[in-house]
Amino acid sequence: MSKDNKDVLTGHQVVANAMRQVDPDVVAAYPITPQSEIVEYFSQYVADGKVDSEVITVESEHSAMSACVGSAAAGARTMTATASQGLALMMEIVYIAASMRTPIVMTVANRALSGPINIHCDHSDSMAARDSGVIQLYGEDAQEAYEFTLMAQRLAESEDVLLPVMVTLDGFTLTHTAQVAELLPDEAVSEFVGEYDARYPLLDVENPTTQGPFDMPDYYFEHKLQQVEAMENVPARFLQVQEEFNDLSGSNYDGLFETYKLDDADYAVVVLGSTAGTAKVVVDELREKGKKVGLLKPWLFRPFPGEGIKDALVDKEAVGILDRSLSFGSSGPLYLEISSALAEEDRKPRLYNYTYGLGGRDIKEDQIADVFEDLANPDLEDKMRYIGARQ
Amino acid sequence: MASLETLAKREEKKRKFESGHSLCAGCGLPIAVRTILNSIDGPVVASNATGCLEVATTRFPTSAWNINWIHNAFENAAATISGVESAYRSMKSKGKIDEDIDFIAFAGDGGTYDIGLQSLSGALERGHDFTYVTLDNGAYMNTGIQRSSATPKGASTTTAPAGEEKYGKQEKRKNLTEIVAAHEIPYVGQASISHLQDLADKSEKAINKDGPAFLNVLSTCQLGWRIPPKDAVKVARKGVDTCFWPLYEVDEGEYNITYEPKEKLPVEEWLEPQKRFAALFKTGNEEVIDEIQEDVDKDWEKLQAKVS
Repeated sequence: MSKDNKDVLTGHQVVANAMRQVDPDVVAAYPITPQSEIVEYFSQYVADGKVDSEVITVESEHSAMSACVGSAAAGARTMTATASQGLALMMEIVYIAASMRTPIVMTVANRALSGPINIHCDHSDSMAARDSGVIQLYGEDAQEAYEFTLMAQRLAESEDVLLPVMVTLDGFTLTHTAQVAELLPDEAVSEFVGEYDARYPLLDVENPTTQGPFDMPDYYFEHKLQQVEAMENVPARFLQVQEEFNDLSGSNYDGLFETYKLDDADYAVVVLGSTAGTAKVVVDELREKGKKVGLLKPWLFRPFPGEGIKDALVDKEAVGILDRSLSFGSSGPLYLEISSALAEEDRKPRLYNYTYGLGGRDIKEDQIADVFEDLANPDLEDKMRYIGARQ
Repeated sequence: MASLETLAKREEKKRKFESGHSLCAGCGLPIAVRTILNSIDGPVVASNATGCLEVATTRFPTSAWNINWIHNAFENAAATISGVESAYRSMKSKGKIDEDIDFIAFAGDGGTYDIGLQSLSGALERGHDFTYVTLDNGAYMNTGIQRSSATPKGASTTTAPAGEEKYGKQEKRKNLTEIVAAHEIPYVGQASISHLQDLADKSEKAINKDGPAFLNVLSTCQLGWRIPPKDAVKVARKGVDTCFWPLYEVDEGEYNITYEPKEKLPVEEWLEPQKRFAALFKTGNEEVIDEIQEDVDKDWEKLQAKVS
């Protein structure tokens, strides 16, 4: 089947359209830049009768996620969207949503965390949720954000997963920028996502259940291990969902991360989200000059596909890992994952950590080219480097 | 008013809230919850804020609830039930559900007056069809009797204790029932575990309204109030008969006092049996009791004025 709606759309519009096509029973959300327009577009679709959802215009993000947990536990297909401080405020309930196995799909329009307050992109918001138990997918462009939102629905609701899925896209860079995107026909999406049939819905009054009970030390540990098991089921399920999605859309998803000219590369950068697009341009330019360089871009960050990424990077000379968030007093989150994945290898690439783009600071092609130049230096000192920051 | 016979008959039906929980003897919570749930005929889904009621009734793998029940966190019983209720309306309009279902939220005073006030206010304003019940025992009892904004002036708690220089909490409690009434929702009721027929009537009215309804129920805590468990109902009754806790309702905007004490008792009769107020009866604190009496008198007059 082919995509029928090739158009120029903002990230907001494609995500709102994905939500419209998924046709959730309930959306609960609170305004925050740079997410707001997603829910504004969606609310307009509801007002125009283009989708039959209940929109709960809650009084905070804490209540947004609280209402989402109630709605999903009731058996309704449930979605939300947020960013930055909003995600930070709802964090208590993000953990609970995961532990209650509610398959909520949420968009995060990545934005820096306060303070100082800043509305522009970095990944500090979604990285703060990396241990919450939600699945995390990072999109490079509007098209990926659209497709991941659709796939997320299937992944979240898989019987052996039943976890919330967070789909992220870079605030402003992707949310507010018009890009060429191709939407699938509504009916095709309907067929792909199917009906959600909750296992123990609160609205099944014939079979009452007690949800969210109190655990003492005799059960808490095992309940957390059930979440571990659900997370372990994600990679295989995601690959299966990708296959079905490829059949439907003609897309070419084939893994938990994307590689770009990586196979024969000596030097690689690893980066999440929209900066991968800039990095691909740099890779192309350097390839034209005969440099053996490549790129790895994780789609899935939680669970982290460490095993596959290890195999993809182990034979490189050097790898630059570009983090768009800080873990004060430690290395960047992406760097830690990759260095952990390679830790047991006898022969491994030199790894270097770069922090870039905090609070929306631009990263340009020549800066990524400089990273590749760094990597070619075998005597490069191993320390955190801050791209484009005045020091 | 529901007769005692009616209340007794409701107990014979399949109970929505069962025995076997681990709430204390003399706790007002199970009395209130059973009376309220018994007043609901059809199926009901409950949300429950973190607190004694949640902890003592759902220790995994046991449950005292024969209805669908959800606990999410401390401050969000209202937001959580608003999600359940929205799911219900959405799925019913799409034909995915046939039954008529009622929705109720239970929370303590800490979970409502303090940390859950925003969540409650939001859900009331949005107009969800649910009943929110505050079980007010006047402090954070589950975490060890800390002061809340529902704690009455003069009560000693672990975070506003009586000591050499202070008699306990210095401030008057927040009037939550009036704060909720200011939302102009269809029904607001103030009730007590000492007056079950009144509580049953208010529960029935609340649950049968289209839109949000609210009940504020005075509930005893033998540990926090420092009373013998056997005296729980008696002490709660003193709260009502002194007009510290008047029984009234705001039904579609109209104020009704649902119980007039034959003789309005002096506030000492409410304070004295509770050892949390013991410091007030020490020499030098007479003025504080006078102030509390003045507050009660003023509030009672204000309430009466609203009725007429």
